Amino acid sequence: MIEKVVSIQLPVDEELRVVKNRIAPEGLPDDAKRICIVTGTHGDELEGQLVCFELARFLKDNMQHLKGIVDIYPALNPLGIDSITRGIPGFDLDMNRTFPGRKDGSMSEYVAAEIFNDIAGADVCIDIHASNIFLREIPQIRINELTAEELVPLARYMNVDFVWVHSAATVLESTLAYSLNAVGTKTLVAEMGVGMRLTIEYGNQLSKGIISLMAHLGMWDGPIPYVREPIVSVDGKVEYINAAKGGIFVPRIEHWRDVRRGEHLGDIVSPLTGDVLVKIESPCDGLVFTLREYPVVDEGSLIARILKV
Amino acid sequence: MEKVIIYELESMYRDSFRVTGYRFGSGEKTMCVVGSMRGNEVQQLYCCSQLVDRLKTLEAKGLINEGRSITVIPCVNPYSMNIGKRFWPTDNSDINRMFPGYDLGETTQRIADGLFKELVGYEYGVQFASYHISGQFTPHVRMMRTGFESVQDAKVFALPYVVLVDPVPFDSGVLNYNWQIWETKAFSLYTQETSRIDRRSAMRVVDSVTRFLNRIGAISYDGKAGYIPDVIEESHLISVQTSEAGIFEPLVEVEAQVNEGDLLARVIDPYEGCVRQEIRASCDGVVFFRHSDPLVYADTVVFRLIPIGEFRFRPAGQDSE
Repeated sequence: MIEKVVSIQLPVDEELRVVKNRIAPEGLPDDAKRICIVTGTHGDELEGQLVCFELARFLKDNMQHLKGIVDIYPALNPLGIDSITRGIPGFDLDMNRTFPGRKDGSMSEYVAAEIFNDIAGADVCIDIHASNIFLREIPQIRINELTAEELVPLARYMNVDFVWVHSAATVLESTLAYSLNAVGTKTLVAEMGVGMRLTIEYGNQLSKGIISLMAHLGMWDGPIPYVREPIVSVDGKVEYINAAKGGIFVPRIEHWRDVRRGEHLGDIVSPLTGDVLVKIESPCDGLVFTLREYPVVDEGSLIARILKV
Repeated sequence: MEKVIIYELESMYRDSFRVTGYRFGSGEKTMCVVGSMRGNEVQQLYCCSQLVDRLKTLEAKGLINEGRSITVIPCVNPYSMNIGKRFWPTDNSDINRMFPGYDLGETTQRIADGLFKELVGYEYGVQFASYHISGQFTPHVRMMRTGFESVQDAKVFALPYVVLVDPVPFDSGVLNYNWQIWETKAFSLYTQETSRIDRRSAMRVVDSVTRFLNRIGAISYDGKAGYIPDVIEESHLISVQTSEAGIFEPLVEVEAQVNEGDLLARVIDPYEGCVRQEIRASCDGVVFFRHSDPLVYADTVVFRLIPIGEFRFRPAGQDSE
C-alpha cells in the first residue's frame, strides 16, 4: 500500500510528497517485525532504485513467505532525484546532514523529522547509498565503530563484499543512520556502484542480501539466497590514494581486484600536451575497493581506496 | 603593502587557483581578515576590497604602527566565484567545513590546510562570513562558545550586536571554531548582504575593523564612532515561520523595531494574488534576520527577532535559578 510519509506545499502549485510502499501480509500480529529500506537521500544516487524495485516485485510475487512488514522508501529527496541534484534543491543542503530534523524547523528540517519519526522504531533499517558520480564502490556496508558490536553480525547477512567499520567522525552525527542508531533503530548503511547510474549486478546482489537478513530476523520463511562472506575491516587497513596533480585520470586496472605494491593503477594525463603527468602506483598489496570513475581530477581528488592485505 | 600568494593549485584547463593575501606593516602577526570563502559571498569580497583600499591609504600615511602586521585575504575561493557556484566547482564541497585541513587529503581539505598554515599564529582573526540560509542580517559579530571566546574583545568592534552560539558537531570544521582552538581570538562579522553589494553595511564593518585595529594598537587611526553592543545568545532569538508557501512580500526592514502583533510580511498566492498568510511579530523586538528570496516554502524561518527587554547575557556556567 502506498502511504504518504510527509507532504508540504511548495510555493507555486505543487506539493512535495515523500511516500513509502508498505508491503505486509494480512493478519500480522501486533508485534510483527518491521524492516525499512530507504534510499534517494542524495538525488544523484540511483543504485537503490533497482533494489527497491527488485524487492517490491519479488515480495509481491511471494507474499506467502512474508512474515513481517517491509516499508520501502525509494525517494527521501524526490526533488533532488527529479532534478539530478545531490542535495535538496533550493537549499543547497545535504539532506543527510539534517537528521533527526526538527518539526518546528525549516522545510527541510521538518521533512527530515517526519521521515525520521516514520522509520524510528523499526527493527532494522537499510539506508542505501551509491557513492557519488566520482567514485565506484563495491557493495559494502559501512558501520560506525560505536555501533559495530550490534551491527556487524547483521551486516554479514547482507551479501556484500566488504564491511568497513570506520571511526566516529563528528560530522556523521547528523546522518539518518547515526540518528536512527542513536534511538535504538539498528541501521546499516549500504554503499555500492556509482552516482547517476544503475549497476544491475550490485542491485540484485544487495536485494538477495536483504531477503537473507529478513530470514535471519524471522520475517521470511521462503528459500534463503546464498550470501557471500564479507571481508570485515577497520580504518587502519584502508590506504587512500589522492591525485598529486590535476588532469585526466585514466585507470589501468579493473575495479575490485588484487594489486601488488608498486603495481601500475592508472595515470593522470594532459590531453593538451600528451604527457603523463603522474603515474599512479599502488603503495601496498591489497584490494582496490574504491576506484575513480569520473575522469577529471583536481590535485587532491580521491583516486582509489585500497584494503591492505 | 605586499601582495602574496598564500596557496596555489594548478589546474588542467583553468588558470591556477590562487589564494592571494595583502600584507600591511611588519612584525607581530596581529590580525588576519578573511573574506569570501564561498562563491556567492560577493559582499564579503567587497568588504575586504574596501578594507585593503583603506589600509593602503593608512600605510601611505605612516599610520600602521611599528612591529604590527595585518593580512587581508579577500577571497579563498575564486574558482567558484568566477563561475557563480557557491561551493567547490567539481565536488560541491564547502571549504569552510574542511578546517584545519589536511595536506594529503581531498582538494578542499588541501586548500583549507594551505590557508590555515597561514592563519595560525595571528593574535586576532576576522572572517567576513555568511549564513547557510539566504537573507539579510543586522550587522553583528558572531562567536562560537569554545571556551576561548572573548566577549570583551568582540564588543570592541562596536557593531550593534555580539551573538554567542554554542557550536554543534557540524561546526568542528569551520574556520572560526578552529581558529579559536588554535588560540587566535576569532570573530565572524556579518553584514546585511551576501550575494549582492550593500555599500552602507559593508562600510560599517570596514569602519568596525579599522576601529578595532586602532584599539589594539595596530594602527593610529580611529574609524567612525560605533555602538555599545548588546550581547545576545543565538538561542534567545525568536524565530517567526511561515505556515504557507507562496510569494514572500516583506513589509519591514532589518534593524526595524516592531511591536507584538505588527504585520511583518505577507505570503501571496502566486496565481491569484490573494493573501495566504499574514506574518506578524510574536513579541516586541528588533528585526535581526529577514528572509530575502521572493518565493518562500511553508515552515520556513522568515524572521528572527531580538526580543526587547527580555534577553540577558549570562556567561557560560551560570545557570538561571
